[in-house]
Amino acid sequence: MPAYLQKIQPPSDDKRWSIVAATMKTLGNRPSALIEALHALQQSFGYLDKPGLTFVAAVLRIPLSQVYGAATFYHYFTLKPQGEHSCVVCTGTACYIKGANALLQSLETHEGVKPGQTTPDGRLSVSTARCFGTCGLALVAVMDGQMASYVTPETLQQHLEGIGIHVG
Amino acid sequence: MLAEELKTIAGQERDMQAARTASINVCAAASCQALQSEELKKALAQAAVAQGYGPQACLVRQVGCLGLCGVGPLVSVEPGGILYQHVQPSDAEEIVAALEGPPVKRLRLDAEMPFFARQERIVLENSGQIDPDRLEDYIARDGYLALNTVLHEMHPAEVIAEVAQAGLRGRGGAGYPTGLKWETVAKAAGSPKFVVCNADEGDPGAFMDRSVLESDPHRVLEGMAIAAYAVGASEGYMYVRAEYPLAIARLKTALRLAERNGLLGGGICGSHFNFRISLRLGAGAYVCGEETALLASIEGLRGTPHPRPPYPAQSGLWGHPTLINNVETFANIAPIVRRGGAWFSGIGTERSKGTKVFALAGSIRNSGVIEVPMGMTLRDIVFAIGGGIPDGRRFKAVQTGGPSGGCIPEEFLDTPVDYERLTSLGSIMGSGGIVVMDESSSMVDVARYFMEFCMTESCGKCIPCRAGTVQMYELLGRFSERRARPADLRMLETLCDLVRNTSLCGLGQSAPNPVLSTLRYFRPEYEAALAAETLGGAA
Repeated sequence: MPAYLQKIQPPSDDKRWSIVAATMKTLGNRPSALIEALHALQQSFGYLDKPGLTFVAAVLRIPLSQVYGAATFYHYFTLKPQGEHSCVVCTGTACYIKGANALLQSLETHEGVKPGQTTPDGRLSVSTARCFGTCGLALVAVMDGQMASYVTPETLQQHLEGIGIHVG
Repeated sequence: MLAEELKTIAGQERDMQAARTASINVCAAASCQALQSEELKKALAQAAVAQGYGPQACLVRQVGCLGLCGVGPLVSVEPGGILYQHVQPSDAEEIVAALEGPPVKRLRLDAEMPFFARQERIVLENSGQIDPDRLEDYIARDGYLALNTVLHEMHPAEVIAEVAQAGLRGRGGAGYPTGLKWETVAKAAGSPKFVVCNADEGDPGAFMDRSVLESDPHRVLEGMAIAAYAVGASEGYMYVRAEYPLAIARLKTALRLAERNGLLGGGICGSHFNFRISLRLGAGAYVCGEETALLASIEGLRGTPHPRPPYPAQSGLWGHPTLINNVETFANIAPIVRRGGAWFSGIGTERSKGTKVFALAGSIRNSGVIEVPMGMTLRDIVFAIGGGIPDGRRFKAVQTGGPSGGCIPEEFLDTPVDYERLTSLGSIMGSGGIVVMDESSSMVDVARYFMEFCMTESCGKCIPCRAGTVQMYELLGRFSERRARPADLRMLETLCDLVRNTSLCGLGQSAPNPVLSTLRYFRPEYEAALAAETLGGAA
């Protein structure tokens, strides 16, 4: 059988690869499935790594450079492993005028991480988002997928303790 | 599903609703859900059972957005249209106990207050009235009736004529006449054709489309299907932001239910018309709200725009004619078909017809989602409906149109809101985000905030936008830090002009707007930020 007809095998027998493969297959393994494939990859593994990107490129038959290009173009995708817990601070307009910067500053002071970084112990990743669309609750932060409303630097610490992150 | 079946289901639903003593509606849109409205719903359901109300007597259900997001979680009780605010699970027993007596005064929210009374709801007519996850609820409120009528009684050209007569203009912000766009796609040679819904609501401070999708997803699907019939498309895409997980979940449910009941898919409503909709998730790129960038993203590419013409109407997805409209535009279609274009064009101003949904946020008492007729003044929106500025602070500016819009000061608050007049003020209608700012906001910092946004969101394809936004951001930084020189002000103005006139797409062309509008109305703030040693000198 010619090489291009052979089924592309995932990098390992980790079950999560089948989710990624199934997503691409549903969309006919066409190049247009790229963004959806990257979503599936990130959802399954938490971030996009080289074996994953290579696998997607092979299945969709597009150059790895194009896959890498898309993965780095879209802010939603991350190529770095994420911490055990996540804290996403909204920096939309409403949150901005209510002091999102002060919140990020306090995170930096207390946890020592800037947006886009993870604490050295790998416990917490901090990032920002461009508006969750719940501006009536500004300031908003999302911790481990749970949205916290009317956040202040003080209540943020409480929320973080709620997900098991202790200061200092 | 045939017209008779729709009628039967609608009848059954209405009978069931009439037979109930009461129904308790808990807001289950993202904002109230973040305030644990799901727990609240469980508590209310338990309280209802505990007080002897069976499911036939009192229905506790989730509904879409009740509008006033700032005081959630919100609950409404029917009959009577009683609204409760800040409801906690511990209030459940009291609310159920009050079902057949006077309402709970302590939690009551006046349903007659201007925030509700001054609205005119077309797009949001079902918001807060139906369970977005139940197809029957939508059908009971004349859902899919318009699609049925169109498929069995109207020629595609008649549908387009109706939409054109309505005078509906694109609600994504640019305000292009919808009827004209549909006609162009219908006349374009080539097949297949595509219909795309732009639900990549990227403007920070805008959440109208999220609200519509979470509250009434079928309405958007129905609008897309009618559009597809009118332009001759058989395939559609719904491009939603990944930041809206609840909207995505509701859309998935709605798509499944519509397909299972023959309202989408093959042979819709017993006709020969086929139309399938696939969901595509955005990935946090603001530029993908631009139509050509969005189409590139659906094709699996980096979301970079390309020059127009050719417009998507001629050459869109994979080079095929593609109709692309915003969520709110599609949400207007079913009512226009049901009630006629003439009815719709009777609402609004001479050149901007119908209503507009706005998201009110920022330094404002009543923040939430509203729908008002075009032509209402900004003052009415901010002070009558929005309730003005809290904490005794003073109004400073209202920001419309997000990073592409501008800041409008108090002296222009009496301007009626429509596409042309907002543009003449140096702002834009945009998708409908309204962020109110009080005296504590520095306009230079606001301009810098938006420039930072445009700088990070610039796709990098064209130089004016890629390099210009960085330079303007740096210059604005000098003003923020009070080390600017008069030459910096001149350079800023030159760059604004350059980036606006030479950028490839809307992102770059409108990126200078926040700077230009704040320079126009708040110039003293820039001048006051000039470095001390330059004052009194060459300035």
